[in-house]
Amino acid sequence: MLYREAGDFKKTYAEDSQTFPLKLDRYGYYLILAVAFLGVPLLINDYWASAVLIPFLIWSIASLGLNILTGYCGQVSLGSGGFMAVGAYATYKLMTSFPDLNIMIIVLLSGAITAGVGVIFGLPSLRIKGFYLAVATLAAQFFLVWLFNKFEWFYNYSASGQISAPTRSMFGYEITGPSATAEAKYIFILVLVVGLAWVARNLTRGRIGRSWMAIRDMDIAAEIIGVNPLKTKLTAFAVSSFFIGVAGSLFFAVYLGAVEVGEAFGIQKSFLVLFMIIIGGLGSIFGSFIGAAFLVLMPVLLKNIMVGQLGWPGDLAGHLELVIIGGLIMLTLIVEPHGIAQIWRVTKQKLRLWPFPH
Amino acid sequence: MSESYVTPDGRTIGGKVLEMRNITLRFGGVVAIKDISFDIREGEIRAIIGPNGAGKSSMLNVINGFYHPQDGEIWFHGEKRKPMKPYQIAKQGIARTFQNIALFKGMSTLDNIMTGRFNQMKTNMALQMIWKGPAEREEQENREIVEKVIDFLEIQAIRKTPVGALPYGLQKRVELGRALAAQPRLLLLDEPMAGMNVEEKEDMSRFILDVNDEFGTTIALIEHDMGVVMDISDRVVVMDYGKKIGDGSPDEVRNNQAVIDAYLGVDHG
Amino acid sequence: MFDQFLYGTEAAINGLMTGVMYSLVALGFVLIFKSSGIFNYAQGVMALFGALTLVGIQDGQVPFASLINAVFGTNVRDFGWTLPAMLSILLAIGVMILFAWLVERYLLKHLVNQDPIILFMATIGLAYFMEGIGDLMWGAEIKTLDLGINQGINTTIDSLTYDWFGYGFYIDNLDITAAIIAILLVVALTLFSQYSSTGRALRAVADDHQAALSVGISLRKIWVIVWGISGFIALVAGVMWGSKSGVQFSLSLITLKALPVLMLGGFTSIPGAIIGGMIIGVGEKVFEFVVSSSWFGDAMGFTMNATENWFAYMLALVFLVFRPQGLFGDKIIERV
Repeated sequence: MLYREAGDFKKTYAEDSQTFPLKLDRYGYYLILAVAFLGVPLLINDYWASAVLIPFLIWSIASLGLNILTGYCGQVSLGSGGFMAVGAYATYKLMTSFPDLNIMIIVLLSGAITAGVGVIFGLPSLRIKGFYLAVATLAAQFFLVWLFNKFEWFYNYSASGQISAPTRSMFGYEITGPSATAEAKYIFILVLVVGLAWVARNLTRGRIGRSWMAIRDMDIAAEIIGVNPLKTKLTAFAVSSFFIGVAGSLFFAVYLGAVEVGEAFGIQKSFLVLFMIIIGGLGSIFGSFIGAAFLVLMPVLLKNIMVGQLGWPGDLAGHLELVIIGGLIMLTLIVEPHGIAQIWRVTKQKLRLWPFPH
Repeated sequence: MSESYVTPDGRTIGGKVLEMRNITLRFGGVVAIKDISFDIREGEIRAIIGPNGAGKSSMLNVINGFYHPQDGEIWFHGEKRKPMKPYQIAKQGIARTFQNIALFKGMSTLDNIMTGRFNQMKTNMALQMIWKGPAEREEQENREIVEKVIDFLEIQAIRKTPVGALPYGLQKRVELGRALAAQPRLLLLDEPMAGMNVEEKEDMSRFILDVNDEFGTTIALIEHDMGVVMDISDRVVVMDYGKKIGDGSPDEVRNNQAVIDAYLGVDHG
Repeated sequence: MFDQFLYGTEAAINGLMTGVMYSLVALGFVLIFKSSGIFNYAQGVMALFGALTLVGIQDGQVPFASLINAVFGTNVRDFGWTLPAMLSILLAIGVMILFAWLVERYLLKHLVNQDPIILFMATIGLAYFMEGIGDLMWGAEIKTLDLGINQGINTTIDSLTYDWFGYGFYIDNLDITAAIIAILLVVALTLFSQYSSTGRALRAVADDHQAALSVGISLRKIWVIVWGISGFIALVAGVMWGSKSGVQFSLSLITLKALPVLMLGGFTSIPGAIIGGMIIGVGEKVFEFVVSSSWFGDAMGFTMNATENWFAYMLALVFLVFRPQGLFGDKIIERV
């Protein structure tokens, strides 16, 4: 009864290709935005912000980025950790070399630099396809981590090899640095998330998105109908790396404040983002968010239950976490290879028709 | 024979659109196409026939630029073709359907046919990121053209269906739609009626004839059903083991002894 | 100058040995990929799990001890016995075969027609799962593996080379043993694959699942066999590496080293895995030797070290660009 389309006819093509064709969906979306911008900052406390919300938002950006490359364009990449590192180190160097530069601009610039690096590492994708490419992107992952460790210029010759973010503010509120508040960080990141999600939606609904999907589905046929494979793949790498670079920049400067490249951006992170988009749903904007939410929330919940409630030792919880995540990946791929987003889509389909079966 | 003429049923056949001169194509030791020359004239329906393995699909792949012949020249609209990539050749106005359907299984019918408009859509990435404004306008304009193709092929009901879920006959129709959406100067059809029953073949024949009639599109098609070939084509090229063994009107080819021996066979009844 | 050459040669020979170890891991991949088209990311974790199980059985550990203790509040650790090496090995092999059967039944069977990338990601999930189970069963501390294999410098070679060159090469006995075992395994596998009927069935399945089914080959049986053999190879690899540096998590990172080996050698070739392994092994060590040497430093103004982290990948990457199927892999012909 709620989810009706009867009588809701679209009179223009513009209406037909809206993001939220159903009124209920659209108002729901506005409501979520309102709560996110107005409600949450009032209710937020430090724990929830740092353990859940802020990482969720940052990983959503990374998932959007990887989904564009892997989900929409079909180029599997295991180098996401390395690219996040590029974003982080670019941010560090920009922050320390240009102390007056606005933090938002720095974040965006870091994304742009990462996009450039992404294009370079994307060049092999012309000769190497599918799963061989995934392995080749590991070269990017390992090389980049080694690079940032090896050349001291990247961490300004500090003895510890760590980089830490100096304090920066916008509109009088501190965003980075030890005294920044959770609310300020949250709003800053939220603005970026909404903006980038909007960009991702626009790119994937139009000609560029279709060319990505064409390359993913049948690259030879795509080329024969006029899609330039080089340009299309490199565009995907560039856009994807931009997003991932921004995520890395935020991860370092706003969330953690200080990182050491080996542990913060190692291959485990590359897998983490990949899991997010698999579980969430390849080729789906919504899926990127769901996957990120899932993989950020679940360890927190598990820890709370196992260590907090059951009193089990921390390392045992850690092992169980591995078992559960690994098991979930396999389960998702068996039951619904298109991820939670697909389950959601199917549920909505059924809701539209309820109480009728079809 | 470069002047145009009018066929008995009122269509105008013009000058040469495509000319293949002495094409030879080898794969390692195997010669797929041996020194073949033929042409296709504007507005006509040119059939390419021959037994399996004769090299017909390879010939289409050469026209598309996917295979590069070791010998020979290709002239398109009076210009010799320089070494080019397939996507550049597509931009010149050559569109194609494939023997084993090459639709984009992850997309809906509408999106698949919209990909056919790829070369005609020009807005750059920055505008696309913003969407509102020129990018959206261009999308709607091209959507109108695609909707006309959808109407023409009578596939309105399945526009939003993912093509992977469609039955074979409809998939072939969607693939035709994708090729048509490009408004090509030359349309290549690789066995468009393979695996169809009589009704579906009639529908497809009607569509092909309509395309040629209404839009004047030049069509080259590979086809095994001789009834279809004789009925709808203006001229026929016959290939066998990579060589050309016949070239002319359907009647001429039907009575050509070499063609009968190699392919058509004799009526034993 | 001649010294440098000697040191370089020693590095090269050690690299060769390491390369053989890489090949050992790569072999398991090739088998599974050849017969089921799946790239089994979990191969390295299988090596870890195999080694952990072996040690656990040998030392008489109680499986899942930490979990049992947490749930029931008990404090168990060992059964109190230790088992002889041979028996432990046999039991461990049994466990790996059981594992192969379970994987086929609960994972592979359900993923038969999916994209290779989905299968790959499923094996990543499997790897995480196995790692967790391995930790839960046997605990995550480093374990020493003692099967009585000879370790330490090979004195014969040391004294021979000292007599010849004035410098004794350090070649470890363990590496020599591993090399011999690897070669034996390769020969056995190649013979098996070429000449036995199961081997033939394997190759049929690798080529085309549907066609193999249509001539009556049981896909499921073949997969259990293949995963069983790969499990066995993983166990051997785990034992070799584990004897060398202890059984610990980093063992599973061998997977990551095997990947460039496969890229070089081709994913479907057994000899390719061997040769690829050797090229990578030698290449890594020699490259590292050269770019960290003072000679290089004088010439270029800087030295690099720890390049082993990424050299193998770069080498494989460059290689792949020019020859996407690797040295011996099946040529990828694209048709439209």
